[in-house]
Amino acid sequence: MSTHAVYVMSAYLVALVILGGLLISSLAARQRVRRELSARGLERKR
Amino acid sequence: MADLHFLANPARFRRFSQRVVPSLSVATALMLAVGLYLALLQSPPDYQQGDTVRIMFVHVPSAWLAMAGYALLAGLGASLLIWRHPLAALMARAAAPVGAGFCAVCLLTGSLWGRPMWGAYWVWDARLTSMLLLFFLYLGHIALSRAYDEPDRGDRAAAILALIGVINLPIIKFSVDWWNTLHQPASVARLGGPSIHPSILVPLLWMAATLFLLFVLLVLLRTDTEIDRRRLENAEQQA
Repeated sequence: MSTHAVYVMSAYLVALVILGGLLISSLAARQRVRRELSARGLERKR
Repeated sequence: MADLHFLANPARFRRFSQRVVPSLSVATALMLAVGLYLALLQSPPDYQQGDTVRIMFVHVPSAWLAMAGYALLAGLGASLLIWRHPLAALMARAAAPVGAGFCAVCLLTGSLWGRPMWGAYWVWDARLTSMLLLFFLYLGHIALSRAYDEPDRGDRAAAILALIGVINLPIIKFSVDWWNTLHQPASVARLGGPSIHPSILVPLLWMAATLFLLFVLLVLLRTDTEIDRRRLENAEQQA
């Protein structure tokens, strides 16, 4: 990918880290809150 | 509008979210795999910019979603302040970090594109500066919504900021027309149709659709969490 590969790959890496981080933190927060609700006997109704 | 209105009820929203999230996750993953193939392997290098044009496939959709996300915050802010929709504040809390994330991707990938094309990572250009201001507006929204002991006060303050800050959106869009800037003018959303060759336009629109699905997925997941978090806070107050 020529001499500019470092800029292209860095851009995709930045996007992966930020958007992947958002997804992982969102899933982790959901699990944490659900565990706390469950510990208090407030599980959601399905 | 009436069809969307039923989602303003948190319980109905939760049922809708539970139905949609699994299939949305699969669709996003599949579209991302195809999108990365189109963007990094299948699309040709630009005759002037070479391979750096591939940065556009994440940079431009992120910019669109950062702006759309802020428009969503403003709409939710109006819903909260005018109609007091119970879900508006929770969804705004969920959407602000997502919009800020896309805004950060736009700024950083733009910087990495600017270095080989302009010879600088950053210039105080009208488009770049107004986009940086949008990022700060997002940070302000996140900070304000969490700044008060009473969540309702924070939500209202953040809603007011969202409504004031929405004036920045046309400034971002038209900055390349109103001022002399290094940033290129609009080449997709313009009168007379896109000026980009289909071999580059198709991967761009594909990645835009993919990142849009990711945006929706993140907002649904986080809104669901905010609903649970509010239940937890209410339970703690009653205890």
